Amino acid sequence: MTKRFSKRDLLKGAGALGLSAFAVRAAAAPAAEAVTPALIEAATKEGKVVFYTAMDLQFAQRLGKAFEAKFPGIAVRVERSGAERVFTRIGQEYSANIHAVDVVNTADQAHCIVWKKNGWLAPYLPEEVAKHFDKKYYDSEGLSITTRILVSPIAYNTNLVKKEDAPKSFKDLLDPKWKGKMVKGHPAYSGTIMNATFEIARDLGWDYFEKLAAQNVMQVQSATDTPKRISLGERAIMVDGAGYLVIRYKEAGQPVDIVYPEEGTPLATGPSAVFKAAPNPNAARLLQNWMHSREAQQLIVDGARQYSPHGQTVEKPGVRKLADIRLMKEDPEGVYAQADAVKKRYAEIFKV
Amino acid sequence: MTIAIPATPAPAPRKFGIDFSKPVLLLFAAILLVLIVMPVSWLVFYAFSDKAGGFTFDNFRQLVTDAAYLDPLLTTFELATLSALICCAVAAPMGWLVSRTDMPLRRTVRLLVTASFVTPPFLGAIAWELLAAPNSGLLNQLYREVTGAAPDSHLLNIYSFSGLVFVISCYTFPYVFVLVANALDRTPGDLEDASAILGARPWDTARRITIPLALPAVLAGALVAFLQAMTLFGSPAILAMPAGFHTMTTKIWSLFQFPPKPELAAAASLPLLVLTIILLRAEHTILGRRSYSVVGGKNSQPRIVRLGLYRWVMLVAAMFVLMCPVFLPYFALLNAAFSRVASQLVWVGNFTFQNVHFVFYELSATQLALRNTFTLSTMAATAGTALAVVISYVTARKAIAGYRILGFLATAPVAIPGIVLGVGLFFTYTRPPFVLYGTLWILLIAFVTLSLPAAYQQMQSALHAVHPELEDASRILGATRLRSLWQITAPLLRTSVIATWCFIFVGVIRELSAAIMLFTSDTKVLSVLIYDLNESGDLAAISVLGLLMLILTFGIVALANSLRLGRGGARRQVAIG
Repeated sequence: MTKRFSKRDLLKGAGALGLSAFAVRAAAAPAAEAVTPALIEAATKEGKVVFYTAMDLQFAQRLGKAFEAKFPGIAVRVERSGAERVFTRIGQEYSANIHAVDVVNTADQAHCIVWKKNGWLAPYLPEEVAKHFDKKYYDSEGLSITTRILVSPIAYNTNLVKKEDAPKSFKDLLDPKWKGKMVKGHPAYSGTIMNATFEIARDLGWDYFEKLAAQNVMQVQSATDTPKRISLGERAIMVDGAGYLVIRYKEAGQPVDIVYPEEGTPLATGPSAVFKAAPNPNAARLLQNWMHSREAQQLIVDGARQYSPHGQTVEKPGVRKLADIRLMKEDPEGVYAQADAVKKRYAEIFKV
Repeated sequence: MTIAIPATPAPAPRKFGIDFSKPVLLLFAAILLVLIVMPVSWLVFYAFSDKAGGFTFDNFRQLVTDAAYLDPLLTTFELATLSALICCAVAAPMGWLVSRTDMPLRRTVRLLVTASFVTPPFLGAIAWELLAAPNSGLLNQLYREVTGAAPDSHLLNIYSFSGLVFVISCYTFPYVFVLVANALDRTPGDLEDASAILGARPWDTARRITIPLALPAVLAGALVAFLQAMTLFGSPAILAMPAGFHTMTTKIWSLFQFPPKPELAAAASLPLLVLTIILLRAEHTILGRRSYSVVGGKNSQPRIVRLGLYRWVMLVAAMFVLMCPVFLPYFALLNAAFSRVASQLVWVGNFTFQNVHFVFYELSATQLALRNTFTLSTMAATAGTALAVVISYVTARKAIAGYRILGFLATAPVAIPGIVLGVGLFFTYTRPPFVLYGTLWILLIAFVTLSLPAAYQQMQSALHAVHPELEDASRILGATRLRSLWQITAPLLRTSVIATWCFIFVGVIRELSAAIMLFTSDTKVLSVLIYDLNESGDLAAISVLGLLMLILTFGIVALANSLRLGRGGARRQVAIG
């Protein structure tokens, strides 16, 4: 009901202003939508929603379970892999005309630029996003919304490295004493690492990576794997990866700690989007709506230990505030333009 | 390409009922053509195409000039050569031990080799990560504990070229073992008897008679091991990246990352295909020659070499070898499945069911992957066995003109490595007229194609053991060919059919290299799920799923074995290779 009313309102308004139809389509934000009983009913009828995500598996499943508990009768199927692989997967499926994904959550804003250009995304703006999210955290046409904000700091195993010996900066990692003791994620698999690689290469230069490669770095794929490797003690230091997992492991009593590097900590924001051709369009919208509600966003703070773009979430102590971290600047347009070059250069330097 | 199905069956030449055999056989030939010729044609087409679809040699030029492709090619070659050598050095003596000596527990050793054969190579690689990651690996922890070595010193490093060679050898040596052991089983003892009568000591006989007789099988085994190592995707996918290099198979796969470079992937696949065909021809020649040397004479029981006290030494050595593919990895998986931290030994303090709970109650992909795997295994085993039965019947009985072509087509996929077939099928079935990508059908096609050659060989040797006179009697009494096949031959073949069915079933469970190219989120199988979990390092969940996979596999193997034993065990053990 609300939906139809507000849409008509919008059109009337646009008509009254005498804007061309094209301008309306290009510029107008869609009306904010609430979770209505009609939406829930339609979503429950669909009974399931397919969620492709790059979040760490444990939390993604927890989020899914929370949604299922809130809306019984809608099963969430989580398809987790690294953001770049999610991106490849969707590209491969869509080019074969397979529309399996309902909602995606990646860790690389550049993906949304591509999907938007391809016209694959459906505009959908949840009410709470319009009310409580800063405008920079959602697309002006409502095609994608930042769900979580993550940083890719350095971290170390506290059993293997004393706090006073721990590296303070990216430059410190070039010290020969860390040779063979570091683990690193891969930009062709992880969106977080893609952004981190782009930002580090921009700020410190590619020759930084050339020197780092000479340090005999262990290469893994996902940004969610590097924290696991240092927590197992497989390597002493993680060059990049999911900072939130380090915090979670530390809170669970494992011997890991974070270092926010002096040069700045790479930043990646993880956007979500609903696909136009979603097989479960109503359940997709319900999930997208709920995922950006205060309830789910608080879960992202408390459970995932990531940062939330929702204005009303409460910070949980034990993690440095985002405002207090010196961040590298995220640049989705830059990543969009250079992703292939980044992957190619990276493969040349690290040989994988 | 179209499937030619004759609109009406040919008029019946016989008195009693219509003989459907010709149309059925034509249909099968058409099926095989679609299965094999189409993907390979597309592969070749893409390999010589540029982005716009024009003809070009550029893909190959890039392949041999760009270090990003040349290095993996050379690495793969080295890797396969070393693995093949190691496999032969280990498996040939073991094959001899179980076939020709009085070493105790020979049957058990054979069974354990079967276990390492059915263990998915990627699972073995992950288990070896748990054991021999330089710092967190259980064996390295033990080493430091025992020797008091420094915290960052290690005994083994699985993330290295030699580590990968080791893991590949662990799961490739059964191929050599089976070839050698079977060859020795079949080689009559006459020559050895003669040697013994002429006064040679057992060791001399072994050295001068038995080993030369087994040498062709060893050589053939070396080629097969080389092929396996060259085309393997699972183990390199797990271990090569942390070790900092690519193999050909991981490179081919990475070429499908966005933006995909299918032309290059096709070009990179072709050398694997060509090399495989050449090596298989070589193997055929070698094995073909061997059969001359043992033809003739009455078969006598092979002479058993008495090892004396050494037999216990040999048993310990064999068990030590089997620790690598079986005991240690299984232990590591079991440990990680029930441990809070994958790198810690399970003890009272950290025992947990949390991982099991996570896999079965939280991980939403489990159920679908299990269902898909089970459906595909069952369907592929059924379809594959049916194809193998019919084709081997036709070739064994020379039922139609051109039966040789059928036999050739059924054997041809043996030359197509899994990942190459995956690439070919991806090209074939993502475009009209057959858009099968995104369905289970495309995976079914891949699995049936991949398992057909071995299934066909098994059924063919089984059919050779059934004399045609029984069928002839049935046909003289008026039955059509299909009816006599159904009523006479089929019951006689039941055991072999079931064994073949189980063989395909098990093979499908562990298949990753084609599946990784062809899955979509709806058609994910267990092996792909495990691979995805490996990407994010979720070792505990992998261990639980891996154990589940092994339980499923061994359940089926046990079923096959019990059925075979139930038939009196007179027939030789079906070759697992």
